[in-house]
Amino acid sequence: MPDGAATPQKRVELRDAVVIRFAGDSGDGMQVTGMQFTTESALAGNDLATLPDFPAEIRAPAGTLAGVSAFQLNFSSNEVFTPGDDLDVLVAMNPAALKVNLGDLKPGGILIIDREGFNEQNLKKAEYERSPLEDASLTRYQVFQADVTKLTTAALQDLGLSARTVFRCRNFFCLGMTSWLYHRPIEPAEAWLRDKFKKTPELVEANVRALRAGYNFAENAELFAVSYEIRPAKIAPGKYRNITGNTATALGFVCAANKVGRPLFLGSYPITPASDVLHELSALKQFDVYTVQAEDEISGVGAALGAAFGGAVAITTTSGPGMNLKAETIGLALAVELPLVVTDIQRAGPSTGMPTKTEQADLLMAMYGRHGESPVPILAAATPADCFMMAYEAVRIAVKYMTPVILLTDGYLANGAEPWLIPDPDRLPEIAVDFRTDPHGFFPYLRDQETLSRPWVLPGTPGLEHRIGGLEKEYLTGNVSYAPTNHEQMIRVRARKIAGIVREIPPLEVVGPADGDLLVVGWGSTYGAITQAVRELQAAGHRVAQVHLRHLNPLPADLGDILRRYRRVLVPEMNLGQLVRLLRAEYLVDAIGFNKIQGRPFKVAEIVTRCVKLLNGKATEERAR
Amino acid sequence: MSAPGAETKLTKKDFVSDQDVRWCPGCGDYAVLSQVQKVLPELGVPREKFVFISGIGCSSRFPYYVNTYGFHSIHGRAPAIATGLKATRPELSVWVVTGDGDALSIGGNHLIHVLRRNVDINILLFNNKIYGLTKGQYSPTSEVGKVTKSTPIGSVDHPFDPIALALGAEASFVARSVDVEAKHLQEVVRRAHEHKGGAFVEILQNCNVFNDGAFADVTEKASKADATLVLEHGKPLVFGKNRDRGIRLRDFQPEVVELGNGVTEADLLVHDERNPALAYLIARLGPPRFPTPIGVFTAVERPRYEEALGAQVEAARKKSPPDLRALLDHGDTWIVR
Repeated sequence: MPDGAATPQKRVELRDAVVIRFAGDSGDGMQVTGMQFTTESALAGNDLATLPDFPAEIRAPAGTLAGVSAFQLNFSSNEVFTPGDDLDVLVAMNPAALKVNLGDLKPGGILIIDREGFNEQNLKKAEYERSPLEDASLTRYQVFQADVTKLTTAALQDLGLSARTVFRCRNFFCLGMTSWLYHRPIEPAEAWLRDKFKKTPELVEANVRALRAGYNFAENAELFAVSYEIRPAKIAPGKYRNITGNTATALGFVCAANKVGRPLFLGSYPITPASDVLHELSALKQFDVYTVQAEDEISGVGAALGAAFGGAVAITTTSGPGMNLKAETIGLALAVELPLVVTDIQRAGPSTGMPTKTEQADLLMAMYGRHGESPVPILAAATPADCFMMAYEAVRIAVKYMTPVILLTDGYLANGAEPWLIPDPDRLPEIAVDFRTDPHGFFPYLRDQETLSRPWVLPGTPGLEHRIGGLEKEYLTGNVSYAPTNHEQMIRVRARKIAGIVREIPPLEVVGPADGDLLVVGWGSTYGAITQAVRELQAAGHRVAQVHLRHLNPLPADLGDILRRYRRVLVPEMNLGQLVRLLRAEYLVDAIGFNKIQGRPFKVAEIVTRCVKLLNGKATEERAR
Repeated sequence: MSAPGAETKLTKKDFVSDQDVRWCPGCGDYAVLSQVQKVLPELGVPREKFVFISGIGCSSRFPYYVNTYGFHSIHGRAPAIATGLKATRPELSVWVVTGDGDALSIGGNHLIHVLRRNVDINILLFNNKIYGLTKGQYSPTSEVGKVTKSTPIGSVDHPFDPIALALGAEASFVARSVDVEAKHLQEVVRRAHEHKGGAFVEILQNCNVFNDGAFADVTEKASKADATLVLEHGKPLVFGKNRDRGIRLRDFQPEVVELGNGVTEADLLVHDERNPALAYLIARLGPPRFPTPIGVFTAVERPRYEEALGAQVEAARKKSPPDLRALLDHGDTWIVR
């Protein structure tokens, strides 16, 4: 390797934003590589968003198309709202990774390849008849072939490690190369390795060496003539960390229970992509967190409801298939009027569907997926970091209104990450809980005049012994009642109680002109793509605005007025049109759905194109008039 | 116990709620309710610390009639609800009242897991071998050939034995009693309460409307002494009107033997509540070849779920005192100015 001093000075170019994807076999450590590159980028001051994409199988056969695992990152000197549409850079560790991901690489984009990964065996597994490195199929791209395996092996040769161990350090060699290419500091990755492998110092040494070797190789070898600088983004001052939606959800619950001053209880059954919340909370017992890995989804929510009866801040976490099973207990919770937060981290359905892929097709189930008149408040997080505040808000509403609350996130939010301005726990909104202790004038269903919620009584409180249950109850006493008018009164009061939660919802933020040609309405994880698309449309001079809903039931009080101020309303959703149906029913507006159901988030360009088409359509109509 | 509220002496009346009891006249549930209400004031627990949780079925109406905290939940799910309550409120005395359909059919999964975990709750399973509330379909404890509305030419399902199932699920306390055996039932309920760990009690209960006389042999005066084997810890397995018969083990097979003619009590199996293997063997006894065993089959101590869970929370708190600020401010952070 040439001596550093002898290296000719390489050219540096400035870039605003870069979208990079690391792709390889699921055993190649692409998720780790991506996360380390993310940390480096955050510390370099860029705004960013990430999207992991991994196969459902833990280990699909090595080298096959089904086994490809990828991690995408968009980092920029401007505000970032999505992990990016098309790739500026693709790192492909083997032919399968190339085949699966090449379609997303921009023409002229950078393609970094481990040449040795393109052997005959791997080409066959990836169903290539001949090597794409040897025909003309990659001429549209800047291809950088490096002997990653050989170079890694050379860097580690005196460590006496097995070939397999050496092979597994290749990802850090690639991280080193890309870190140099984009001026990322590699010290955070080194620190991470030292901590991760503190019990096996030889692995620390091996990976650090591979990382440095990759960095030095990129700097010194003739392969790369140019490196790129992405300046820090202007973002709100404060202390940040990178956070995934699932971690943010877990932390939001911990903070909320802490504010209430009661234990946090999670009853849950493992399911993709929700299990990480169970994992996170199970490691936070010191915060008075009780986690029960139940025998099934039903028991998970049942145990949570039992804990709620006992005065805990009770939650359950699941994904679509589990939601089906929890419906019965959610119905019981709303009948007995106990606080409970049910988090549905949506994934592609129906049935088992595509467990690791994202979708937002559970909204109508959350709204209507129970027998009888059974309204529950529904909240939806918009970004990974937003999961924190929405989890917190879900608890606040649940305990204030004595009701189950459904919190919707999805696989994209759960595993995606973004920088999070770390909040001050003392400044989080108050969550006041007033357990009833006074037997004088007590009835189990005596309602608060404003909120219509019933008293929460801790079993163990003398003089307040009472029974609750799923049978219809007499309005005040809670005694079992089949009286016809009482039933209607109870149905109506439960509905009024939930509808009254509208008073908790802040005015909607309309981004863009107060009236105009087009309003784009979204909910959940489409926030990023819609925001970026609307910005681009506005910059192009269109009279387009955006509102994003975090409260789906009840809907915000000002939504109807806002919808009517625009000629067109477009509702992009990762389903066949669920929110759009609610909006049309509720407000009698001619909202139009824009639907993508591919297990992947919208691309910004897709939304822009659809909006432009709508806007032009309007122009055509007007001209025709 | 010097818990507040326990100072004034409680009586049965304190555990009678203001609700009208609505079981069919003659239902065995009345007797069970009455015996439980008699035992509760004697347990040294303040009334407000009792919680009765039930599922769906005739038996599951039980909480409405006991003047404690109560939760009439959904079909089969009471053990799950009780687990969450007991996990976070271990100081409460939590009872689950259930039936053969509720616990063994729709709630079978929750039952076996709550027993496996050894959550310190008391489960009273009223077994009448029939679905009563839905008006007479066969249940998972109904005998093969049972003719009901849903099995007009007889059920082809092989039944569960609740005791064997509970033992198989690693229950640490397993007992059986009979609705009309007032003293025996009281004693078993008391033992269940005193047991530290999950207690499972099967109560043979007569549904006089849909399955009358299902347990007539163990309740009728004329037959019960010969049809019932009363288990007592440390005592040989003797039964019969004249206490002249017993259970002996030969070639690992139990058999009924007459005492006398060289056969003495010393030849009989001796009951040992601490031996689950023996409990399982006794659980397999029953008609037509054997009397129905009643009493405590097994009572063993092992770690309780809520205690272990609470200990983990406590240990975690000691190891790293809770610090929300540090929790949020975790990992790689950076400052934007």
